[in-house]
Amino acid sequence: MASLAHSQLGLRNASPTAGVGWAARTVLTTAVLVATSAFAADTLDPNALKRLVHQDCGSCHGLSLKGGLGPDLRSETLEHYDAEVLTGVILDGIPDTAMPPWRPLISEEEAEWIARYLLEPEAQ
Amino acid sequence: MKQLILTLAATLLMTTAQAEPTATGDLGLVIERAKGSVLLVDQSDRAALARIEGLGDLSHASLVYSPDERFAYVFGRDGGLTKVDIVTRQIVNRVVQAGNAIGGAISDDGKLVAVSNYEPGGVRVFDADTLEMVADIPTDSKTIGLVDAPGRRFVFTMWDTGETWIADFSNGDPAITKITDMGKNPYDALITANGRTYITGLFGEDGLTALDLWAETPEPIRVLPNYGRGQEEMPVYKMPHLEGWALTGREFVLPAVGHHEVLWIDSDTLTETGRTKTHGQPVFAMARPDGRQVWVNFAHPLNDTIQVIDSVTKEIIHEFKPGPAVLHMEFTPRGHEVWISVRDANKVMVYDTQTFEKLREIEADSPSGIFFTARAHRTGL
Repeated sequence: MASLAHSQLGLRNASPTAGVGWAARTVLTTAVLVATSAFAADTLDPNALKRLVHQDCGSCHGLSLKGGLGPDLRSETLEHYDAEVLTGVILDGIPDTAMPPWRPLISEEEAEWIARYLLEPEAQ
Repeated sequence: MKQLILTLAATLLMTTAQAEPTATGDLGLVIERAKGSVLLVDQSDRAALARIEGLGDLSHASLVYSPDERFAYVFGRDGGLTKVDIVTRQIVNRVVQAGNAIGGAISDDGKLVAVSNYEPGGVRVFDADTLEMVADIPTDSKTIGLVDAPGRRFVFTMWDTGETWIADFSNGDPAITKITDMGKNPYDALITANGRTYITGLFGEDGLTALDLWAETPEPIRVLPNYGRGQEEMPVYKMPHLEGWALTGREFVLPAVGHHEVLWIDSDTLTETGRTKTHGQPVFAMARPDGRQVWVNFAHPLNDTIQVIDSVTKEIIHEFKPGPAVLHMEFTPRGHEVWISVRDANKVMVYDTQTFEKLREIEADSPSGIFFTARAHRTGL
């Protein structure tokens, strides 16, 4: 069965290449969000999301999340942040840094799940 | 008694096997990133020979070879520097030299091994025999793009400060030349096979920056200054690698940052000669050793695909999906075959580069980088 994360991420296959206009991107983003909302929160696939965090976030933050080009994301480092703040950073990135917005690839529910996972890895 | 005979027989067999001299010229190592092991492979037999374990965190690991192709120096993300003997198939030395490392290089004479570190930021240089530290070069920055250059030199670049330093070890203690103003947030760099041109890719501004290492005082040379990384259009989910640089005839091929294309650059004039649209954001653009083809893999979530570009027409001549999470490619030294690591299939796949036929699948545990010993004789690899 295709995991939620992967089926959503698979939408990128349809994404146009560089040079596409702002409007087209908005349409694409909307399409992604509509597709996202089709999945209820109870269909989140924790294993797929954990894999995303360690393998893909991990390409900058390290497989074990202890940092790389991007900062340390271990729970003891992040504990003074609220889950909402982290969710916002995941969805919208940090301007003028290498942290990209993940909104085109994941849903808000998935971003919230990832934020909670980073703060309490054991609880998820 | 039967047990004893079997044991004796096994011992005799082992002794015979070990009495054979081991030629290493067609061997290689595959990083098994999750397990912290490396897989010793034989390129001619298309087979795995042995697994060597205990190398720590090997996510984003790489390695270099000693000039005699016997020892590999493996650079782990956790700061581990491990010396592996591929003849006896064991770890012969290991130091944890920093908290967070990104890559390494070996000097042209094979005597010094350098490691670039994120934390603490800088470069540390070790005696290749003993792994004793011979120089510590703090840079106050995450340090990337470390390569060896002719004349017992190492060249490396700082992500935070945008400087490139040349550390010259030809007279023992390193003489450091600092080149400022390389650009904002360089993320990786390459050196050409002749050791002359060093190019950094920039994340924080448009274009790339080159240095002519043959110049008396190398100055930053802007390359494609109007070529935007395009963060607004296309967020970057994985930084491309420049170490897999490709020289085809007189052109370089570079993966574009944040665009679905590769860039062709004239190696003499450093001006753009073309672009080829690709399936996704390229991670590696690797030329077959003869330069006739360029093989490209892509960032998540399009990382199941490879495209092959003809370097004469600059057109895509083949596209296929080896499997989930294609992380790396390594050509045989003359380019007749290519080995491809497919992480989530737990396989290394071997292809014929003329017919594109799959020749073999080799089991490996979350394979990433593949490194054949022929790299021992190449500058910058």
